[in-house]
Amino acid sequence: MNSTSKAIAEAANASSPASKMLQVSGLNVYYGESHILRDVDLNVPTGEMICLIGRNGVGKTTLLKTIMGLLRPRSGAITFAGKLITAKSPDQRAKLGIGYVPQGREIIPRLTVKENLLLGLEARRNNTYKQEIPDDIFILFPVLKSMLSRMGGDLSGGQQQQLAIARALMGQPQLLVLDEPTEGIQPSIILEIEAAVQRIIASRGISVLLVEQHLHFVRQAHRYYAMQKGGIVASGITSELSNEVIQRFLSV
Amino acid sequence: MLAGLLDGLFNGISIGAVLLIAALGLAIVFGLMGVINLAHGELMMLGAYTTFVVQNGFKKLGEPWFEFYIFFALIMAFIVAAGVGLILERGVIRHLYGRPLETLLATWGVSLILQQFVRSVNWVLVVGISIFCLLFFGGLWILHRRSDINRIRNWVVAVMLPISLGIAIATSNFLSQTYKLAVTQPWFGAQNLDVSAPKWLRGGLPIGNFQMPYARVFIIALTILCVAAIYVFLQRTPWGLRIRAVTQNRSMSACLGIPTQKVDALTFALGSGLAGVAGCAISFLGSVGPNTGQNYIVDTFMVVVVGGVGKLVGTIFAALAIGTVNYLIGSGTLALLFAPIKPLADFFTFFATTSMAKVMVFALIIAFLQVRPGGIFPQKGRTVDA
Repeated sequence: MNSTSKAIAEAANASSPASKMLQVSGLNVYYGESHILRDVDLNVPTGEMICLIGRNGVGKTTLLKTIMGLLRPRSGAITFAGKLITAKSPDQRAKLGIGYVPQGREIIPRLTVKENLLLGLEARRNNTYKQEIPDDIFILFPVLKSMLSRMGGDLSGGQQQQLAIARALMGQPQLLVLDEPTEGIQPSIILEIEAAVQRIIASRGISVLLVEQHLHFVRQAHRYYAMQKGGIVASGITSELSNEVIQRFLSV
Repeated sequence: MLAGLLDGLFNGISIGAVLLIAALGLAIVFGLMGVINLAHGELMMLGAYTTFVVQNGFKKLGEPWFEFYIFFALIMAFIVAAGVGLILERGVIRHLYGRPLETLLATWGVSLILQQFVRSVNWVLVVGISIFCLLFFGGLWILHRRSDINRIRNWVVAVMLPISLGIAIATSNFLSQTYKLAVTQPWFGAQNLDVSAPKWLRGGLPIGNFQMPYARVFIIALTILCVAAIYVFLQRTPWGLRIRAVTQNRSMSACLGIPTQKVDALTFALGSGLAGVAGCAISFLGSVGPNTGQNYIVDTFMVVVVGGVGKLVGTIFAALAIGTVNYLIGSGTLALLFAPIKPLADFFTFFATTSMAKVMVFALIIAFLQVRPGGIFPQKGRTVDA
């Protein structure tokens, strides 16, 4: 397991550009005594969208939570923009430029949409605390503009998802981490969210690490990593993502 | 009779007002960190003692100054209680985060320590503790900047602790033997102390044939001010927004870049400071002693439970209701009111003592919580399950 995943990671490294936004190497994560992530290696190059695929329960969300600092790895290293961040707390990582959109959105329920968006400003390093929301957020997600004074918890799932992405963007992250942004959302909104993420990458030049089951969205990523039983078992360029790989790692 | 009822209501509300200031702090801290701080009552007590010290200081300054010592005392009570709260959070509670039972025990222990501290505090104790803190924590702080601190940390503590302790004890012993009673006499002792209000707070506003004591009017005004200030702070300032966010979803708030440890420390200091202000207010209602905090802490917790966690409106209503009902029953006002109806009057006369009134209030609260387990204003809507 160890040697194969290493070899795959090296292959991925060799073909990727030199500048790496996020580099995860040899990551081992445990919940109590159960071994969840086994020697995970993963790279996110600058300005690219990387998709992490795999069935439920293989450790995708655990990996994202570890990257964000919500879980502590037992061994391994996480490097972000050239800095080792393995020992840093989630708020320090957010300030370094990682924007996180978790599974289930995690909108703060009893705050208004506007306050939820303003919380996104916390991640900016030079936080002047201007109490206003830049227009490009509303260009990306027009639906939010009419909802600014509503409680975040009262929004529908699709609206909450857009709010969560907008909130992460407020911090001007260099890396956007998205955990199943299309889960439980109606198809038309999924397309809107996909288009928005594409536009974000194009206009801001940031990197995206995406966990996704929705095949249409997966295909828009530059490269993919496939996970199984807590380890990376395949990776490559998404355009070469064959039906055979999809059969093995995505279909239930 | 009406005057009696009005008088009872007014006094009850002023006690409720004190409970409200104390309960606000407790409710905010409990809502944010899930920490049940049993030392909250002792923080009130510290606020009361601070008022006493400030009063004595201003007495020496003479007449025109003494009239206004209250405002200075309020600020000092807030600062002292907030400072002690901050030390408590940084030193004890932070390490017990997510372990409510241990937190309960630890804060109870702290409350006992604080009670004994005010009983026996004297110059020797203060000097000893200062020397120890200076040597031990100062030493750690200096060594902390060395890069290899983690490797030698345990070793450093093992050496520094006995040395600092030894020097502190030796100095204290030397002081107490040289200066004898001048330094070993307790500052406050175990007996109760009386804070005398300045002239403009004595007397009262006559309405009909009863008086509204100015001291109580002052307390009610102070409470309104505190509630308004807390409301504005929580709803309108960046730190208020951070506190509300962390209260509702701690891990996501951290992922957004909110420094949750700073928020915890600030909130705990704020809640403790409010306890200090409440302590300053109780010093005008009666004499204060080392056990003062204990008398209020149970009522304060009842306010938080009845009001519903995380709802300031609920806390306000519950505090006023519990304070008023407690006073109306305890002072015998209700018994007097129902004098024409013999059995009712007898019933309320039976409960017309401080402790029996508490029994009745407890029974009422238990009955109330059967009907509304979430308190007066429980959380509603989609967000309850989330």
